[in-house]
Amino acid sequence: MRRPLPKWIDIGVMPIINIFAAFVVAGIIIALIGENPITALSVMVKGAFVYKGALGYTLFYATNFIFTGLAVAVAFHATLFNIGGEGQAMIGGLGIGIVALSLDPLLPPLLVILLAIPMAAVFGAIWGMIPGWLQAKRGSHIVITTIMFNFIASSIMVWLLAGMLMAPGQMSPETRHFAEGVGLLQIHQIANAIGIPMARSPLNLSFLVALAALVGVWVLIWRTRLGYIIRATGHSEKAVIYAGHDPAKIIMITMAISGGLAGLMALNEILGVQERVILNFTSGYGFTGIAVALMGRNHPFGILLASLLFGALYQGGAEIDFEFQTITREMVLMIQGLIILFSGALALMFHPLMERLYGMIAGPDSITSPPKTKRAEHG
Amino acid sequence: MTQNPSSAKSNTKLPFAISMSGINKHFGLVHANRNIDLDIYRGDIHGIVGENGAGKSTLVSILYGFYTADSGTISLNGTSHHYNSTADAIAAGIGMVHQHFMLVPNFSVLENIVLGHEGGVNLTTSMTKARQMLEDLSQRFGLNVDLDAKVADLPVSLQQRVEILKALFRNASILILDEPTGVLTPQETDQLFVILRILKDQGVTILLITHKLREIMAVTDRISVMRDGAIVAHLNTAETCAEDIAHLMVGRPVLVEKQWHQCDRGEAVVKVSDLSLNGSDNEANPILSPLDFEVHAGEIFGIAGVAGNGQSELLELLAGIIPPSGGSIDYHGQRIDAKTPASPLDIKSLGVAHVPEDRHASGIILPFSAAENTILGYEDAATSGRWNMFTSPALIHERCSGLMQDFDVRPPNPHLKSSLFSGGNQQKLVLAREMSARPSILLVGQPTRGVDIGAIEFIHHQLIAMRDAGCAIILVSVELDEIMSLSDRIMVMNNGKKMGILNRDEAEVKHIGLLMAGVK
Repeated sequence: MRRPLPKWIDIGVMPIINIFAAFVVAGIIIALIGENPITALSVMVKGAFVYKGALGYTLFYATNFIFTGLAVAVAFHATLFNIGGEGQAMIGGLGIGIVALSLDPLLPPLLVILLAIPMAAVFGAIWGMIPGWLQAKRGSHIVITTIMFNFIASSIMVWLLAGMLMAPGQMSPETRHFAEGVGLLQIHQIANAIGIPMARSPLNLSFLVALAALVGVWVLIWRTRLGYIIRATGHSEKAVIYAGHDPAKIIMITMAISGGLAGLMALNEILGVQERVILNFTSGYGFTGIAVALMGRNHPFGILLASLLFGALYQGGAEIDFEFQTITREMVLMIQGLIILFSGALALMFHPLMERLYGMIAGPDSITSPPKTKRAEHG
Repeated sequence: MTQNPSSAKSNTKLPFAISMSGINKHFGLVHANRNIDLDIYRGDIHGIVGENGAGKSTLVSILYGFYTADSGTISLNGTSHHYNSTADAIAAGIGMVHQHFMLVPNFSVLENIVLGHEGGVNLTTSMTKARQMLEDLSQRFGLNVDLDAKVADLPVSLQQRVEILKALFRNASILILDEPTGVLTPQETDQLFVILRILKDQGVTILLITHKLREIMAVTDRISVMRDGAIVAHLNTAETCAEDIAHLMVGRPVLVEKQWHQCDRGEAVVKVSDLSLNGSDNEANPILSPLDFEVHAGEIFGIAGVAGNGQSELLELLAGIIPPSGGSIDYHGQRIDAKTPASPLDIKSLGVAHVPEDRHASGIILPFSAAENTILGYEDAATSGRWNMFTSPALIHERCSGLMQDFDVRPPNPHLKSSLFSGGNQQKLVLAREMSARPSILLVGQPTRGVDIGAIEFIHHQLIAMRDAGCAIILVSVELDEIMSLSDRIMVMNNGKKMGILNRDEAEVKHIGLLMAGVK
């Protein structure tokens, strides 16, 4: 007898089973190439959480995933698939670069930072809004346009970084360093300053911005009028027109918010670590954001958990790569791929089995067989 | 009536055309069919009535092989059958005419009928053979259709004939018709019934699924009434009446008598002049030809017509969802025309509320909770803060609870997902939301489509109460009964044109039926 799963199993237990299955398959593959999967796993966990500074690195990567995951999630609430997080983050970085490079000789660093942060969001928002406009007014499919806008963004970055923004007197495609002090404080610096010992890691204030963004997106989607209309647009454009709103406008606004969140990812990499604009600083975080949103079911809390998982995979994976000769970076990518496969594409694979199992344990449903439960109560 | 008791009795010696026993079907938690026992005499017209969700469609789908029953047996003409697909059911001699026709519009009638039964690689020979057979069939059953006409060019009633022919071509001796009269004018309905009687005389067994009591009384020999997945009664049509059937369907006595009473008409608040709407190929084929009418405060203005004759577009024009191509609408003296179109919000601000025709596509958002749906289009009522930016769950919840109480929505749980409410309760939610704005003009489309009888009574009562309170109501419905029982004046539309406006006392079904068919 199958029985529908209660929410706590559906949301709480199922993802764990899916991730477990992914690790089992990954473990088999690691065993096949002659390594001990248990040792590999323990290296990975230690590398992600235990070693000195490891947690900082994990949270640093998680910060990137929170931004790009939220970007995908916000768009998804209006059933828009924003595949362009990568490009929007690049352009966000460009926004920071333009503000910082042009103003750092003139203004104090703090002011430059305060101007640069919103610029990352604004630039990303514009880069997200253009495909939104094309979708809303011209009917060009958002998936296609956002993918193409990744390529355009990438080309613009190459053109600028190898051209007018390239630091004078050097060969690599990157800008000069921002002036002293134009960068976000790192968490270990702050911790050490107030007397808490903490190992060095690139984790910086962007993490707090990311946490604020998580809360902000939750409020936006579930507690504001705009969020209500965004969700309504996602379910039924006809109903939105009937209610007196313009879906075209909503699509553009949603894509702007989504692009803005992706653009903020540049805070972490550019203002947090590099303090200059470099090529390909996004290194695929925009795309992984799709998997993060998928796993986190487009809910900020889920995205937080998924980001932590992916952050740990990145950091722990780097550690495996370092410790084992045979396990390469590509193997780590494969494990990530398996997790995405099991928790995204195959998410419902274990569902029928679990429903049957739950039916066996919890007994037949009380709605379909009310007499039985009644008798049990009286007896 | 068609009842002939002696012939019915003589039939009893023959095996039943259809005999279902102990049929059970579950969908997850829903017990859609409970221990159904149904025997249908050969050559009978047998009606199955029940409210939406009573399990009629499930039962018929089991008979037609769409679903397999969890338990129970089906025997046809005395032999037991167990089939797993519709193909098996067709092979066993069952034909079905669906509510929404399954025809390829750009194929000819012949091509449509042969589709799926081509009978060989060489199409030419099978077509010739099929043509021969179909000519015999149409002569035998009086089903005249031009076999070479393109289906898209045929009126709906003829398309229905094509569906019937299609079933007969596949040697159906049992014909299932699902809500066959929904798209027909009263005259076309009568024609269909003539055809059904010819089929019956030729020995075809007919199973008629409908919710229209008047029709089931007019054409069937026997009736089975379903409620909550079970058959509650088998009746001989001649020995029963519409009130009894309604009672059985709902499980309590229903007021079939009209609630209408004389209205107290105020001044004209809606003035429509020369309003027109062009089709996609621009002016060549207008969806609405210039229309003129006025609606007064305190009256219900019914718009009758067969589905798809421009009423839906007229309603959307009036609500501001689509802009007019020409002419103007005047609400309380505010003019709206092609040059100065108004958005649905603008129109709402003029005191116009709109209950849309398609509840599921426009009226509510199914995955949203009931509470969330009660602010759709009225977000201001549930927001707080400086720019009305933040929604307040407590406020939405409270508002929804109030509306649910006023409109007797069951279950009264604002957190429940809207898709889990019955059609009638969903419609009550929409009505509650729109009426809560205290409109002076109310646009209503198909208020009782897919709504159970108990809720119909309630909704009609609410509409009349609104009218009595001085609201001008424009009612679009394809249910002529509904238009006739509620309207103070009736406008009939055909092919986007106004065929006439009749006062209630001069309106009769026959005349309206002719106007609906485009005959002046």
